[in-house]
Amino acid sequence: MRQERRKVVASERVGPYTLLRVARGGVSTGEPGQFFMLQAPGHVLPRAMSLCLAPPGELAFLIDPVGPGTRALCALSRGDDVGVLGPLGRGFRLDVARPLLVGGGIGIAPLPFLRERLRGAPAALGFRSDRHAEAAVLLPGAEVVVEPRLVTELVDPAADVLACGPEPMLDALRRLVPRAQLAWEAPMACGYGACYGCAVEIDGELKRLCVEGPVLRAA
Amino acid sequence: MLLNASGCLDALTAPDVARALDAYVTKTITPEPREGNAPVRIAETDVGMLNSIGLANPGRERFLDDVLPRLRELGVPIWVSVGGFCTVDYAETCMYLGRQPVAAIELNLSCPNVDEAPESAAEIVAACRSETPIPLYAKLSAAVPDVAAVARAVHAAGADGLSLINTIRGLKLDERTLQPVLGRVMGGLSGPALKPVALAAVYACYCATQLPIVGMGGVRTGRDALELIAAGAQHVALGTILFADPDAPSRVRAELAAAANDVGVVDPDDAFALGHASQKDVESERKLPA
Repeated sequence: MRQERRKVVASERVGPYTLLRVARGGVSTGEPGQFFMLQAPGHVLPRAMSLCLAPPGELAFLIDPVGPGTRALCALSRGDDVGVLGPLGRGFRLDVARPLLVGGGIGIAPLPFLRERLRGAPAALGFRSDRHAEAAVLLPGAEVVVEPRLVTELVDPAADVLACGPEPMLDALRRLVPRAQLAWEAPMACGYGACYGCAVEIDGELKRLCVEGPVLRAA
Repeated sequence: MLLNASGCLDALTAPDVARALDAYVTKTITPEPREGNAPVRIAETDVGMLNSIGLANPGRERFLDDVLPRLRELGVPIWVSVGGFCTVDYAETCMYLGRQPVAAIELNLSCPNVDEAPESAAEIVAACRSETPIPLYAKLSAAVPDVAAVARAVHAAGADGLSLINTIRGLKLDERTLQPVLGRVMGGLSGPALKPVALAAVYACYCATQLPIVGMGGVRTGRDALELIAAGAQHVALGTILFADPDAPSRVRAELAAAANDVGVVDPDDAFALGHASQKDVESERKLPA
């Protein structure tokens, strides 16, 4: 297991987010919902990003510039170096009969690659503003709502929900669809079980989201 | 010898990383299981990171019954990090470790309720010394007025070596809300920011005790490791760098040999305590009669 140094192929704006496209080299894409640790030059720690798209020869990550680390990743441009470690964690199980992809905000990040692997699936997306909703372009044909409407309005409880988004959305989905597969997020330093930064209580036991997740069954 | 800093690697999850080290240091074990602190537990700072994991561990009983046997299967010498909240906690765990085939015990004496008073650290070491023949390394904090005094005290109490240094308390405020980022407000600062502090502690404690020292704090490169060795560390541990770079053990090892060569030292071991060479001259000159 080693952090690979890769070149940035392109950096594209998608609404308020950045789609960072990195040369894949020999790095595996992994399964949808798995993640990579990306390290911008000059930063002590990498940041966890799920794979958004896997065009030939590339790995593409959708990044929300919310802090110094993610801003540094979004500021990279073609030819810059970026550290890449992964794929890591457990992704979505794809043996589902009636998939429905549900995404909230930057939580839509793993869904384009997931939909590709599922060979198409309906998607329901929720965003906090019209500008954020511009990212729905990554999932053509998806149903989209903008706050104050909530994405849970679009969810059929009989569907096999595969979701990623903010905690309140995931909590609501957990109640609505107990069988749902939910991708969670927690700050982590390493991504491979070393730091215990992302430990959460699951079924009364302390588990590391990076190792046991990030995708967990709701119930 | 290259080790990991306690709490910076789980050998059972990443066995290949552990096998690249000369010895594996466990996460700190306390008598009872601990879930650790509320999230957020990790935050990057300008030149380091903060953690407030809070000694999350499965507790002594499960460690001895379940974890330690599996760690031994890795074929890497095991150092067990022992923690507690009073002398009895430490001493009992050392007693339970008894004559287990572990290479060393590292006493984590750097939590806030024990690291302030040299007498307290020494008391814990003395109590543990009477419970086990296993080599005892005292892990000290540099956040004390005189770490060399603590080192002398634990040496006198029977410590076989020192682990220097632990994290130093730090705080990060959210850039928008100005509220503490970490769930428990304060955390332990590690990473590159610590390197000069670690060097100073290793240097001072080597002078004070000549005990074997595991030097750690901000090691990213072989050159960083070489400097700790020159300051008086026999061994070097990797901490924060392991989070970003799981390949750091083999990389740092290779860089260390090259860094030694760069300054005209054939073997990195020959750099041991080199940083004291000119000072010895100074000291011996001072001792000359006027």
